[in-house]
Amino acid sequence: MDFEFTSEQKVLRDTVRSFAEKKIRPNVRTWDAAGTFPREIFAELGEMGILGVIFPETYGGAAMSYVDYVIIVEELSRVDPSVGIGVAAHNSLCSNHIFSMGTEEQRQRFLTPLASGKKIGAWALTEPGSGSDAAGLRTTAARKDGGWILNGTKTFCTHATVGDTAVIIALTDKADPHHGCTAFVVEKGTPGFKHGKKEDKLGLRASDTGELIFEDCLLSEDNRLGEVGHGFTDALKILDGGRISIAALSLGGAQGAYETALQYAKQRVAFGKKIAEFQAIQFALADMATRIQAARLLTFQAALRKDKGLPVTKFSAMAKLYASEVSVWAAERAVQILGGYGFVKDYPAEKFYRDVKLNTIGEGTSEIQRLVIARHVLKEFE
Amino acid sequence: MNVLVCVKHVPDTETRVKVAADGLHLDLGEANWVVNPYDEYAVEQGLQLKEKLGGEVTVITVGGDDATKSLRQALAMGADKAVLCSDPAFEDADPWSTARILAAAAAKLPCDLILSGKHGVGGDNQQVGSLLGQLMGIPVVTVVTGMDLEGTSLMLKREIEGGTEVVKASLPCVISCQKGLNEPRYPSLKGIMAAKKKEITAWKAADLGLDPATLAPSFQLKKMELPPPRPAGKILSGEIPDQVKELVKLLHDEAKAI
Repeated sequence: MDFEFTSEQKVLRDTVRSFAEKKIRPNVRTWDAAGTFPREIFAELGEMGILGVIFPETYGGAAMSYVDYVIIVEELSRVDPSVGIGVAAHNSLCSNHIFSMGTEEQRQRFLTPLASGKKIGAWALTEPGSGSDAAGLRTTAARKDGGWILNGTKTFCTHATVGDTAVIIALTDKADPHHGCTAFVVEKGTPGFKHGKKEDKLGLRASDTGELIFEDCLLSEDNRLGEVGHGFTDALKILDGGRISIAALSLGGAQGAYETALQYAKQRVAFGKKIAEFQAIQFALADMATRIQAARLLTFQAALRKDKGLPVTKFSAMAKLYASEVSVWAAERAVQILGGYGFVKDYPAEKFYRDVKLNTIGEGTSEIQRLVIARHVLKEFE
Repeated sequence: MNVLVCVKHVPDTETRVKVAADGLHLDLGEANWVVNPYDEYAVEQGLQLKEKLGGEVTVITVGGDDATKSLRQALAMGADKAVLCSDPAFEDADPWSTARILAAAAAKLPCDLILSGKHGVGGDNQQVGSLLGQLMGIPVVTVVTGMDLEGTSLMLKREIEGGTEVVKASLPCVISCQKGLNEPRYPSLKGIMAAKKKEITAWKAADLGLDPATLAPSFQLKKMELPPPRPAGKILSGEIPDQVKELVKLLHDEAKAI
């Protein structure tokens, strides 16, 4: 057992941290206020290889491990969770679905431009009437002229507006939703495919979230991703990896909020001394540091298991559940430590407070994570 | 053109410095160690020359095993080879000994140009580059902010008090790099992965033909202490004209600023 990063991993962490501090931090408030997606930053992330972290070099990827990927998402999210979630959705949902379930031809055609950062990826399972519930899906794909015709609406999709390539899950057999879903790759510009309204969100405002609309959208058989009827089970496998990146996103947000509180507590004077000298503040900082570290260990353990090819569903659900809940708790503590300054936009605490709430909702709510974990632990004692 | 770049593994400049209990060392337990920022300009310059003219960039450091991280970073940026000069006898190396170690290593690594940062942060001696050139009997140009190749010579801009000096130097030579020379690149992820596969050569004193007994520091550190804390500021009160008078008096008599 070893909890130390390799020297390459330290170089990776320092590189991403330095990039985030220099290129992202100065713009965070502007992007947040305007709700703009930072395209120029994604272009630079693409050049660095951050839009193809976990894919082989053959497809333009960096061939890094999931542990490396967690380092990257945490460091980006420590400065701006909006950028972290974009990198996460692009890599572990859209691109990874194509890599994991696609044919060689599909990988060449769809994955290579995504992994090399030339295109931005989106992934859509959720619908207005269905989040974690497959039986609620209404988007349909029916066979037509040797291909498929899609109809329906996806919602809360990251990169709905700015994305170039989307993976979507549609119902191909209404009689059996769990075994009647199929995944498809849809490219921007396909007739019958458009994006709907962009969401005006509480947090993660520089991340692009919105609707995807399919109206008699005709796709060829080459756009079908994975086996017919395997769309939902494949999506769950993709989410196993995706959840680790949401845990990393949560870690980054929690760490960013914690550091804001720590710096403030060491400077702010009240009743004649720095507030960091008061035990109440010290206990809050100690608990934040401890819980964040616990979340970090769970997250890296899940990532390491994924790299080793070990079963990861329970571990990624635990990491996602715990890290996301810690992020919401820690960001709230940070606002409290900053007092009035935690409530205004001059300090980053309020933004972390808004940004981290998504962590307990996206890619399966905390409740769904608990269901997943419970299913596993109950089975272990059967 | 083959370029040798000297780098140093140093504590991050944001490190809070504390003097260790022995009063002779710094306590850097919690510090994050990085490539000396000025050495990043040297690495970048070496890479730009390689991209323009071909050849290889070799990075070299004198340090412990943890200095491998800084070599890996330079390799991730695009350097081809790395050399770690590490030996218990090098542990307390002063600038003179460090320059001797590097000169011995450079003799085994034929190159057209040696680059370093203008100084290593932390130690702040600003000596190693110049001593290295002296030991090797080649020209040294320090604090360089601009570099152009003209035939077999380099046209160099260097920072001097209140202006810029333009210097022509013949190759081989030692150049120490200053901020402004270039914008160091971020290592790409592919670069970091490629760096994993690049070999780091390790040389000990014996490999360099150095007698450890001759590497003892040439000066002795007696004591290390932090500068005294800054005294609290003074806030004047009363009518503005009186405050101005008082301020001028204090600046003249007390602060001796005017």
